[in-house]
Amino acid sequence: MSELKIVGRLESVLKAGHLGVTSECGPPRGSDPEEVKKKGMLIKDHVDAINVTDNQTAMTRMSSLAACVHLKLLGIEPVLQMVTRDRNRVALQSDILGAASFDIPNMLCLSGDHQSFGDCAQGQNVHDLDSMQLIQTVRHMRDEGKFLGGDNIKRPPQIFVGAAANPFADPFEIRVPRLAKKIACGAEFIQTQCIYNLDKFKEWVRRARDRGLCEKTFIMAGMTPMKSVGMAKYMKNKVPGMDVPDEIINRLAGVEKGKQAQEGIDICVEHIQALKEVEGVSGFHIMAIEWEEKVPEIVERSGLYPRPEV
Amino acid sequence: MIIAEKKPIEEIIEEVRNYDRLLILGCNECVTVCEAGGKKEVEVLASALRMYFITQGNEKIIKEKTIERQCDHEYLEEIRKNIDEYDAIVSLACGVGVQFAAEKYLTTPLIPGVNTVCLGANEDRGLWTERCQACGSCVLARTGGICPVSRCAKRVLNGPCGGSTNGKCELGPDTDCAWQLIIDRLKALGKMDDYEKIAPIKDWSTDRAGGPRTVTREDVKI
Repeated sequence: MSELKIVGRLESVLKAGHLGVTSECGPPRGSDPEEVKKKGMLIKDHVDAINVTDNQTAMTRMSSLAACVHLKLLGIEPVLQMVTRDRNRVALQSDILGAASFDIPNMLCLSGDHQSFGDCAQGQNVHDLDSMQLIQTVRHMRDEGKFLGGDNIKRPPQIFVGAAANPFADPFEIRVPRLAKKIACGAEFIQTQCIYNLDKFKEWVRRARDRGLCEKTFIMAGMTPMKSVGMAKYMKNKVPGMDVPDEIINRLAGVEKGKQAQEGIDICVEHIQALKEVEGVSGFHIMAIEWEEKVPEIVERSGLYPRPEV
Repeated sequence: MIIAEKKPIEEIIEEVRNYDRLLILGCNECVTVCEAGGKKEVEVLASALRMYFITQGNEKIIKEKTIERQCDHEYLEEIRKNIDEYDAIVSLACGVGVQFAAEKYLTTPLIPGVNTVCLGANEDRGLWTERCQACGSCVLARTGGICPVSRCAKRVLNGPCGGSTNGKCELGPDTDCAWQLIIDRLKALGKMDDYEKIAPIKDWSTDRAGGPRTVTREDVKI
């Protein structure tokens, strides 16, 4: 049994004061591991860790934990995303131990999209815990070395614990109090919803900073490049809790169709460059949805490459 | 109260097709108030079934009765003297009433005529909405009197989730975000500080997770 402290690259980079960079991979809708390995290999040198989504939008996929293991075996550091929609506290604790057994060093605690959006709309949801209680659970397991039931854990998990924050969901006035709650529950890093409205995001960070929250957690700004004006309109109108200002849509609409993707990348790079200067922003979480091959370009052009040695 | 809605007539027809003598049994409590299984609905269903089977050349004897409560042995006794006159009973009570009747009349098939939906209230004419899921451990004192267990699609106890938009749930514009309602009420009460109190992991053993629930009161037992 190993007693060594496991500290992942993401935690090391953030704690050393560098801007962290993460990205994400959605596991495949099948059992072929090559797809997720390929996505991982495309971006591994440009990021500190890769989030692996957990049946995102409630579409059934290869399990997040299994996909994390595939990445880990390639020497790529995963962030295990775990939603409370599909598992009760028995299964969550069990999967946390499973992840820790592979020394997966990071976890992101989420509630998950409602199952009605996915391919099992007639299924039950679980929500035995909510996302904040999942943060508390993994911190309890790690820090107290105990199960929720009180028994001791042999070789407790050593996991850097993250949570999501959406600065744009309603009501806005509780967005920072809600962040404070997640931090009080034990969230050590935060990955935000995709940011397109920079002013509103900056206001959220300012309020977080005023409460001293940015010293208690690492806030990683979520960035998703738009592939087209159609995607921008879809995000604005159809995705709950998303704030896409008209100027983004107009800018994409202003270039010919064949050049909109490049325009989307340019916007993303400009946004990262602007947010790098914001006090309280500790890094970037670049979610290039089914567009992972563009992550290296975004990271390089944003001045975040090469990744620091830690 | 318990909210129910009428089952599609086609489903009831399929279930009663092979019985010749039917009793349509209404209940004068919740299902009357929510207009799914009271005297009026008994009449409508009985007429519809009669007409259907006549047109099929399969006329049946279809009787009607509505009792005060089907979740009460005393009232269910009212049909005992005639119970042998029916091959089956279509009960328009909630699931409790149907089962109580089934337990009482062991050899008479019981067919539910409504779907029991939830514990709710009559919010507007023709609109009934859920308010309680009988989790067995009420949190309303801490959530501004708005229930996140029954009214949040994810039962989030520390909400809202990231899907809340303009006061609505990520499910869509027909569903209020329970946590928006909670926050609005906490504000009205001047208790927004309570928002930052973390709701602990809930003991769901009093919910359905703990198996069928019973309440035993020694002080009221005979």
